[in-house]
Amino acid sequence: MSELIQELNEFAAEIRLETLCIIASFGNGHIGGCMSIADALAVLYGDVMNYDPADPKKKERDWCVLSKGHAGPALYAALGLKGYFPVESAYHLNEFNSRFPSHTDRTLTPGVDLTTGSLGQGISEAAGAALGNRLQGIGSYVYVFVGDGEADEGEVWEAAQFAAHYKLDHLIALIDANGRQLDGTVDEVMSHGKGLHAKFEAFGWNVIEVADGNNTAEIRDALRKAKQTSGSPTALILHTVKGKGVSIVEASGVHSAKPNQEEWKIMLEEAERKLADVRGRKGGIE
Amino acid sequence: MYTLAAPNKTDNRQNCDAYQDAMIELMKENPGIVHIDCDLMNCIHTERLKNAFPDRVFNAGIAEENAMGVACGMAATGLLPFVHTFGVFASRRILDQAYLSSGLSRLPVHVIGSDPGITAAFNGATHMTYEDCGIYMTIPNAVVLDPADYAQTYALTKKLADVQELSYMRLIRRAFKPVYEDGSDFEIGKGVLLKQGTDAVIIASGIMVCNALEAQSKLQGEGISASVIDMHTWRPLDEELVLREAVRTGCAVTAENHQVDCGLGSIVANLLIEKNPVPLERIGNHCRYGKAGPQDLLEKDYQMTAGDIVAAVHKAIARKQG
Repeated sequence: MSELIQELNEFAAEIRLETLCIIASFGNGHIGGCMSIADALAVLYGDVMNYDPADPKKKERDWCVLSKGHAGPALYAALGLKGYFPVESAYHLNEFNSRFPSHTDRTLTPGVDLTTGSLGQGISEAAGAALGNRLQGIGSYVYVFVGDGEADEGEVWEAAQFAAHYKLDHLIALIDANGRQLDGTVDEVMSHGKGLHAKFEAFGWNVIEVADGNNTAEIRDALRKAKQTSGSPTALILHTVKGKGVSIVEASGVHSAKPNQEEWKIMLEEAERKLADVRGRKGGIE
Repeated sequence: MYTLAAPNKTDNRQNCDAYQDAMIELMKENPGIVHIDCDLMNCIHTERLKNAFPDRVFNAGIAEENAMGVACGMAATGLLPFVHTFGVFASRRILDQAYLSSGLSRLPVHVIGSDPGITAAFNGATHMTYEDCGIYMTIPNAVVLDPADYAQTYALTKKLADVQELSYMRLIRRAFKPVYEDGSDFEIGKGVLLKQGTDAVIIASGIMVCNALEAQSKLQGEGISASVIDMHTWRPLDEELVLREAVRTGCAVTAENHQVDCGLGSIVANLLIEKNPVPLERIGNHCRYGKAGPQDLLEKDYQMTAGDIVAAVHKAIARKQG
């Protein structure tokens, strides 16, 4: 395993631990949907994206949009760890006048590029940002996380046809295919016909399967291929596990978890242990 | 500064060209302005813009929610998008996108809703909006405009270039009787006191300004002196002007091409009841759906004629005295 991948894995473990701390500050939240994208966030903020925490609105930055806006705490963890703000300042999730709501708000949190939470809207906004950048001669990429449950929304497919029609090759959608939504599995609640791969392909997108969407090396390879694509937007189908790395949530698969005190203790200890393990492996290489 | 057109003046220009005239100038001046349409470019002559600025005019197809979201994303990159579709879709269909992706997000997008109220005429109930402005009034920071004619549509469109908030503007498509001469200028948020009287104040917007002026003239013939305000901006409302004329004349009549229960009649009623209650009569659509027909017959059917305004003024004055 390369040193970079080791670093990304360590960053992902840090994101998981900090995400839990952020959600624990409120007591409950969307742990599952945060954990499933922790590895992709680690790859984006740890390697792929161009950004400057000292200048969050820099014109020539890459954008990261959580169309599945309920994964806010995972983004806050990544942003905090990269220096947009002290990560501990996000331990005030949903508090009165807090800058850290569970759904992302561009007016409140440094580094949050667009306001999301009403599912389907973020991918349209991301397409607009990609088009707006292109119009102004800015070569930035716009990365947008879309949930497989979120893909029930018609607006997702309006945005998909728009992005393909306007050949927005600097728009890269990371489809968090964790297979679960609020009321149950995606297949039970609202299945996707011939599948999200076939749907995005039919809409004119370049589609890349990432068999293990929680594997930083696979995600990184897929993003590299996506950036080599020209003339069409790319969708990475990240086959992820809802709650990945947090055994209790992995087992329950719930959308919004309300752990009791004992469960919080177990989850935080597990995240700390896993972080220490990754750091130990890295130490072994050195 | 404005100049009233002569009462018998006609204007054969399509009103939607006032928007295009203004946009062509704005897009020349400001490279950040873009126009997004939803497969209704031909309805408001956007081919003129498209020909002049082929790279900055986008057709989003018949997909209004995405068009609004795309506009918001473009705004986030520093551009100033104008989005057009029929008023029904520009309000009812994209409320959530307007509310969150633009309003809450503080990303300025100017939404243009064409064919307001009875001006949809033969397009009928499905395409006739009497609640579009009211829907935008529910968004806390939205600017809401209902221009009266060609000159005012042109002037207010140009003013939108300086508005850094979400806005909604109605756009009459077809030729319409002029209220103002070209070159008239208006300020967003400032009502226009067109006539000053002593017995009642008529507060109108959009196509009803024309009828309000006709009503004022008829009332004058009866010895009744009415003020007429063109309230082209519903938000921010020119409260000072409404209150001043309501206090001075002692009663008010609103006139709108819109549902009174979520429209100008309600906005004025809310203000008056809080600050200075006076008798108020409201002309407009009273909780009815739209229907197909020629505009003049619809105007009669919804009781929105100059004669209806005259009758409402009589009622308001009688209540004042009673």
